[in-house]
Amino acid sequence: MTEPDPLEEELRSAGAVADEQRRAAPAPTRGPADPPSSAAGGSGTVRSSISGQSVRRGDRVFKGLAAGSGAVLLVVMAAIAAFLVWKAWPALFAGDANKGNLFTTQKWSFSSEGPSNFGVAALAFGTIVSATIAMAIGVPVAIGIALYISHYAPRRLATVLGGLVDLLAAVPSLVFGMWGLYLLVPKTQGFQSWLNEYFSWTYIFDNTRFTNPNQYGQSLLMAGIVLAIMILPVVSAVCREVFLQTPRETVDAAWALGATKWETIRTAVLPFGRAGMISAAMLGLGRALGETIAVALLLSSAFKINGHLTEKAGDTFASTIALKFGEASGTPLGIPALITAGLFLFVITLIVNSIARAIIARKKDFTA
Amino acid sequence: MAKRIDVESLNVYYSDFLAVQDASIKIAPLTVTAFIGPSGCGKSTFLRTLNRMHEVIPGGRVDGKVMLDGEDLYGPGVDPVNVRRTVGMVFQKANPFPTMSIYDNVIAGYKIAGTRKGRNELDDIVERSLRGANLWEEVKHRLNRPGAGLSGGQQQRLCIARAIAVEPQVLLMDEPCSALDPISTLAIEDLISELKTRYTIVIVTHNMQQAARVSDRTAFFNLAGVGQPGRLVEYDETTKIFSNPSEKATEDYISGRFG
Repeated sequence: MTEPDPLEEELRSAGAVADEQRRAAPAPTRGPADPPSSAAGGSGTVRSSISGQSVRRGDRVFKGLAAGSGAVLLVVMAAIAAFLVWKAWPALFAGDANKGNLFTTQKWSFSSEGPSNFGVAALAFGTIVSATIAMAIGVPVAIGIALYISHYAPRRLATVLGGLVDLLAAVPSLVFGMWGLYLLVPKTQGFQSWLNEYFSWTYIFDNTRFTNPNQYGQSLLMAGIVLAIMILPVVSAVCREVFLQTPRETVDAAWALGATKWETIRTAVLPFGRAGMISAAMLGLGRALGETIAVALLLSSAFKINGHLTEKAGDTFASTIALKFGEASGTPLGIPALITAGLFLFVITLIVNSIARAIIARKKDFTA
Repeated sequence: MAKRIDVESLNVYYSDFLAVQDASIKIAPLTVTAFIGPSGCGKSTFLRTLNRMHEVIPGGRVDGKVMLDGEDLYGPGVDPVNVRRTVGMVFQKANPFPTMSIYDNVIAGYKIAGTRKGRNELDDIVERSLRGANLWEEVKHRLNRPGAGLSGGQQQRLCIARAIAVEPQVLLMDEPCSALDPISTLAIEDLISELKTRYTIVIVTHNMQQAARVSDRTAFFNLAGVGQPGRLVEYDETTKIFSNPSEKATEDYISGRFG
């Protein structure tokens, strides 16, 4: 796995040459204070105070451990990808067994005799839309929380708030799902109908089906809002740590130029934390894309692409896998299709993370 | 226009700890004043009270008066933000904004203040400020490169350019050369003599030769012991401080008998 390090090779061969030269050279006469040589006959190598191996054992062991850990990561990623492709294969290339198109069909129906009819279009839509809503609401709020804790709040309050945010991360996602379903959804029926009343021109808040606020409820919008709350802790915790790392000197520089508190944050803290904020958002996005049980509770499945976010329709990759798992084994393509959904989720996450990495790398010279 | 500074019996605190006690000093416009003294004697702390930077540290507060041309910096109705725009500062460690280019660093003061200026005007400001800081020739071809990519001495001159770009009336320098090699130090000292024709300059330094070289007047700060507040022991013409100081403590310090 590990390539031989050229520098190390060079050092080792240089060391070997030196060893040989040492051995070839006549042993210098020893003074009375020198310890007796361990080699018999006095012809052994004499070790001066600076001789020794250029690469210590500790270095080598640690390098091996670090490289090994990195290799484990690669192996695990490759194994997951290989497993997904392998198990998804029958559904990926179902041929006549799938009446629908894997990419465009908005259906998820399987049969044990005749052909099935399924595609991931609606799942991809629901996953991306709910995660986007979560990011649009959750990330700005999380950054606000992080800034307040790191730069505005008095120290004691900051400690308490920081602890609370961390506690939020410890709430099981099932609890978030139930909270959303039994509290948020009923309490926001009026809000959702109000959105329809005044913002139907935005298309996304238009609701052509419901006439009464009581009909409103489970929707992609609600799932997005609950996801936004769920990503708050991780995003704000990472942002808070990043903001606290802003060098004192940089902040002082902004103060000394006559910046107000907000201008100091805008000039020194936010640009410094840019890469960290993106990484934090990616951690949050990972959770939003992959969240299973809360979304499964909150969405009412329809397998339709529906841009009206307050209507009762929505599925994500993860929620579908959870909800359909029980009945999937009864049909030949049920399980492969669910694994295909997992594969798509995996690929989407990889793509989004690569884009984020590229954005961070683009301004590499201008980071601290 | 350079302004004069009159400090009247100023006490400087970190929360309850008195860091500088009863300091009074009169600084004439268009002069260079050096603050010297052993570590921990409060000279940097005192310097930071002259543009209200002291209070950005939690618990930092003062009582007493700091008059800038007769106007009390700590009086009611004074905005510390405007004080800092009038009294510029250069720090011990060069601190260009790491996320900004050389160009953007120089105009950072204008960006922060939200002043709208045309591209040509900004270009002029950048060139004038960088020339003023003796840095123009070295960086004119790479104004869009990161400011943090310059050498230590160049970074410090960039910080000086940034400070003078907004045309302050007073320039405070907190050990601006302590991290620089002798050649960069010389460049900054030459710069100080040039800047003196336009700004009132106050410089904290641990280097007594530097104080003797660049300053017109020197203030010696000392503290009686650990946990005791720092005091302004003596303030006089630099030539007098270094040849014939009135106080025994000053003489001991400059002759290297302690500190």
